Amino acid sequence: MNFPILSSLILLPTLGALFILFTKSSSEKYKSAKYVGLFISLANFILSLYLWLVFDKNSVDFQFVENREWLSGFINYKVGIDGISILFIILTTFITPICIISVNATITTRLKDFLIAILVMETFMIGVFCSLDLVVFYLFFEAGLIPMFLIIGIWGGERRVYSAFKFFLYTLLGSVLMLVAIISIYWITGTTDVEKLYELGIQTEYQNLLWLAFFCSFAVKTPMWPVHTWLPDAHVEAPTVGSVLLAAILLKMAGYGFIRFSLGLFPIASENFTILVYILSLIAIIYTSLVALMQEDMKKLIAYSSVAHMGFVTLGIFTMTQQGIEGSIFQMISHGLVSAALFLSVGVVYERHHTRLINKYGGLVSIMPRYAIVFMVFTLGALGLPGTTGFIGEFLILMGAFEKNILVAMIASLGVILGAAYMLWLFKRVVFGEITNQELKSMKDLKTFEIITLTALVIPILFFGFYPEPLMNSIEVSVQNTLNMYNFDLINNLASKD
Amino acid sequence: MENFQFILPEVFISITIMLFLLIGVFKKNSANLIYNLSAISLVILLALILNLSSLDATYLFNNSYLIDNLSNYMKLILVGSGIFVMLIGSKYIQVINLNKIEYPILILSSILGMMIMISSNDLIVFYMGLELQSLALYVLASFNRDNLLSTESGLKYFVLSALSSGLLLYGCSLIYGFSESTNFDQILINSTEFNYGTTFGIVFILVGLAFKISAVPFHMWAPDVYQGSPTSVTLFFAILPKIAALSVFIKFLYTPFANMNDQWQTIIVFISIASMIFGAVAAIGQKNLKRLIAYSSISHMGYALAGLATVSNQGIQSSITYITIYLVMNLAFFSCLFMLKRDDKYYENIEDLSGLSKKHPILSFSLLIVLFSLAGIPPLAGFFAKFYVFLAVIEQSMYFLAIVGLLGTVVAAFYYLRIIKIIYFDPEKKEYETSHNLGLKITLAISTIFILAYFIYPSGITEIVSKITMI
Repeated sequence: MNFPILSSLILLPTLGALFILFTKSSSEKYKSAKYVGLFISLANFILSLYLWLVFDKNSVDFQFVENREWLSGFINYKVGIDGISILFIILTTFITPICIISVNATITTRLKDFLIAILVMETFMIGVFCSLDLVVFYLFFEAGLIPMFLIIGIWGGERRVYSAFKFFLYTLLGSVLMLVAIISIYWITGTTDVEKLYELGIQTEYQNLLWLAFFCSFAVKTPMWPVHTWLPDAHVEAPTVGSVLLAAILLKMAGYGFIRFSLGLFPIASENFTILVYILSLIAIIYTSLVALMQEDMKKLIAYSSVAHMGFVTLGIFTMTQQGIEGSIFQMISHGLVSAALFLSVGVVYERHHTRLINKYGGLVSIMPRYAIVFMVFTLGALGLPGTTGFIGEFLILMGAFEKNILVAMIASLGVILGAAYMLWLFKRVVFGEITNQELKSMKDLKTFEIITLTALVIPILFFGFYPEPLMNSIEVSVQNTLNMYNFDLINNLASKD
Repeated sequence: MENFQFILPEVFISITIMLFLLIGVFKKNSANLIYNLSAISLVILLALILNLSSLDATYLFNNSYLIDNLSNYMKLILVGSGIFVMLIGSKYIQVINLNKIEYPILILSSILGMMIMISSNDLIVFYMGLELQSLALYVLASFNRDNLLSTESGLKYFVLSALSSGLLLYGCSLIYGFSESTNFDQILINSTEFNYGTTFGIVFILVGLAFKISAVPFHMWAPDVYQGSPTSVTLFFAILPKIAALSVFIKFLYTPFANMNDQWQTIIVFISIASMIFGAVAAIGQKNLKRLIAYSSISHMGYALAGLATVSNQGIQSSITYITIYLVMNLAFFSCLFMLKRDDKYYENIEDLSGLSKKHPILSFSLLIVLFSLAGIPPLAGFFAKFYVFLAVIEQSMYFLAIVGLLGTVVAAFYYLRIIKIIYFDPEKKEYETSHNLGLKITLAISTIFILAYFIYPSGITEIVSKITMI
């Protein structure tokens, strides 16, 4: 079967966006446009589930590969997936319809444009996760800046202009060095095809600089301390749906890039720079957790907690152990679900009460019992309680870290405690306690569409928390393969030195 | 006489110019007629040049004139953009009452001068072409003679351009003195040994050319002239002289001075870096869109020159691709500018774009695409232009140039984003008139679609370009 299923996944949302662009739907607040968007994104979700079903989990090769001549013969349009990328694709296609359902709560103006931006964004995000050529990857990676810039800038809060600019320029600055590195790789090896590069390998003397160039880009996007400062700004000012997209998927591009490119292409440099990544990750885990404790704005608190969680992810990846990397991937998926859910939950109360300040809330449990329940599940998911996805990710990462370096693992474990502290404290202040603010009493419990979106997120968080096997199955072989290649290169390098 | 067909385009346009001049003098109120006829004659010119494209390279007039694939391609994009310039400027010229017979005739003579520049294979022929285009441009810049800014810009351009022509001529005479010939191929043969005379000659010639292409540090005229000239002339300035000057750059560096690349490479690298950085930084504080696009074109020329600095075939190709994409982006940008009209007045300040997206969604979307493309964000055409240049630059391991250039794009992104912010994020102002000018709409649609859809088939232009630069 030669049906270009990955390209259809990539293109379908854009086609939907074009359809919305060219149809007139002035009446009833663009309802029809919304249904079109929802239909397209759901179709894409089903298509990606089908892909997961027919995907061969025991093969180390890239599957569904499409290879087309693109840039006058020397760079090809090449896409394909392995066990790692498919999970991120499903995460993307799963989060997008949830975003589209949640749209009517937060977006009041220019709904049509917003839907187009989200759908185009989905195209770019899926593209990132399945491109098998560095130039194609860069294209998708960078292109995502345009819709996100507009989402923050047009529909954002008061300081939206500042945040949108900061987001755009920070990430662009990080990425241009990656472009230099990609072109250098082309001239060093003669190809930018990832599969070929895995076979060829890159000479040791170039690896350190190239790794650093890629690292600049990924570190900004992850974001790692000290270049994380764009994230809280972007999150606070972005509309709820924008925050969801940003936290759930955009941040994962960098983690994915670390596994696919930093580890895969520059194994020797990765080994050399492990300490650097450890230190930055630990600072991210401890420092931003402490910062999160002090936040008065709910969105800012969750944004800082994202930085801490991504610190765990980078730590896990660079332990270079099976558990560590699997844990990191699991943690990314889990964080994608949990942070999306948390931002949506904040959106729920923000829409009713128009403030995100924690001290304006309190005692929501007696007014909005349903909300309190789902919010509790997400809080527990974020702090990594056993039985939620968060636990499995963090547990595996710490296991991997213990194997490599006990001191690092012990410091990182502190982060788990701090994570529990700020999340539980947030929950206590918002949901429990006396109702001090009388205005809260008029707040209504969850509406139908909110129940739908939040339940859709509760289910996978709990299900995969109790039964992680399906996800683990899918990534196991691919992670093993990545690690084998990595160790093989290291041993070869040592042997050539002797 | 058997070679007459090669020179036919130049002969045709010369005769047309004289004919139109006669019509203009003897027939009253013929401005509109001549404008339309000029546009049609440009289309015929385009066809005549296309007709030559399949033929082999030919030397004419005692080896002083060269018709080859490269010159044909440059002439094609020159005349092609000339047609669009006339198409989208026609309404503007009428509204601001500049519809005089001299206007199209000056444009045609300037194009003729550029064509001679592009094909020249001799210092004297080159200088003839250069002066023909410059003289026409001085008048065009000050064409709106009742306007103080326009007069100022014409005068400024004239004085500075005359100075640079003087330097250029001095360089030519040095080259002639030391290599005993004015013919490019002969200079190449005679200049195998290093001597200071030739080096100085090269420096002076490069200074003159850098002035024409408005590269730093010879850019000072550009912002004032861009702002002062009528917008349709600014559009002309932003595209056509750049194409001509760039192809002369390619010609000079790779024919007569090809043996001396260690002499001129550092100069080009410096000019290129200075233009990229200065153009990006200086544009940040601008309030006038035309002035801003002047600085933006300075930095874009820096990128085009970066390709030439590599001394490689790949580099030449990337520069030609760059200028092709650059001209389309400029056409699109100026078409948008021509649409900002209300009550017979055109608006050209950045503030006038405030909140444009609410009332003019399609126009704003086009501007959005154009601006992101100018900033070099993928997947738009502007990204590919820069990508090819950096591909060539890094092939020669010129990492410093590549990294400075890419950092320049980040700075430049800031001011393009500022315009987008004003269009999309700021509160709206009064509505503009809906344009009913078909030519304008078609140009905008074609150029926007080109920019947006370039990534689908990016090898189209590069294949043509790689064919024409095969030596």
